Amino acid sequence: MSVINYASREINCKIVYYGPGLGGKTTNLKKIYEKVNPSHRGELISLATDMDRTLFFDFVPVDLGTIRGFKTRFHLYTVPGQVYYNASRKLILRGVDGVIFVADSQIERLEDNIESIRNLIENLKEYNLKLGETPFVIQYNKRDLPNIAPMNQLEKLLNPLKVPSFEAVASEGIGVFSTLKEISKLVLKKLSQ
Amino acid sequence: MSYEHIDILEEDFWVLKNITSTFQKTIDARVVVLIDRSGQPIVSCGETENIDILAFSSLVAADYAATSHLAGLIGENAFATLHHQGMENNIFIQIIEDKFILAIIFKSHTPLGRVKVEALRTKENLSEIFIKITKKIEEDKTAAFPTEDVEIDNFLEDFFEDLH
Repeated sequence: MSVINYASREINCKIVYYGPGLGGKTTNLKKIYEKVNPSHRGELISLATDMDRTLFFDFVPVDLGTIRGFKTRFHLYTVPGQVYYNASRKLILRGVDGVIFVADSQIERLEDNIESIRNLIENLKEYNLKLGETPFVIQYNKRDLPNIAPMNQLEKLLNPLKVPSFEAVASEGIGVFSTLKEISKLVLKKLSQ
Repeated sequence: MSYEHIDILEEDFWVLKNITSTFQKTIDARVVVLIDRSGQPIVSCGETENIDILAFSSLVAADYAATSHLAGLIGENAFATLHHQGMENNIFIQIIEDKFILAIIFKSHTPLGRVKVEALRTKENLSEIFIKITKKIEEDKTAAFPTEDVEIDNFLEDFFEDLH
């Protein structure tokens, strides 16, 4: 849910990185935190287990600048990818303005990706949201690994809505910002409609 | 109440600010923050320069969301309030109209009962304003933020041009 404050002249939007466990959602956020000028972002908060797996969420706020006199801030969240943390995933989706699905391109993770998208659709229903009506982009991560599925197969399986999609190697920062830029565009354009 | 976004107009903002500010001074709280349930701060007052308000707001919303889910597991609708006790500072959280959260950081010598009573009183005042705001949103179907596509494209180009 975007919050537009006409007194402080601020727009705040919530973006959620969704996807199967170990797919690279947290890595995306860490890269953003690392590369964005500290004056344009807040601190990275990670609620993780001792093994560095996301327990609840990661969070970093990013200031994109000023448009029409409004300071525009995006609150970026990840969800825990592991199957048994579904209750937490559902909670993080509350008030979401845009979703980035981070798919793991490896062949052995195809089923996990499909299951995670199904789970996303289910969890959005909780808030009366439909994937087709929510700003949504897909990032195919880990494109540098040897055992990856071809793009056309991934698109066929995971992108029947034909939303914008990006190849990425999040650990190298490749594709991280093009994905974020696209979802930012979709969210702001939806607000302007 | 159901809506996709919330617009805080100037006149509403100052009413919300005055109510929370009066509350903060009444109980001599360190900080009072009004947050929407998705974790975005709406109004803050007190020693805000010493606290990362954005991080605080996201964690309070998550805290409340997790606890509400816990309530569901034991057959409760929700917990209307939460209290965290520290050595020097406490946090008290009060839900408002199921959509907003009033979070108070107060010194441990302040009696909890006083905070609770004043928070409840403040909640009533804030509820009236939030009902008015959400009614306005439901009635007003115009664009939240009318902007040309090209303006958005240029704005994003500026931010992302050096980020690859």
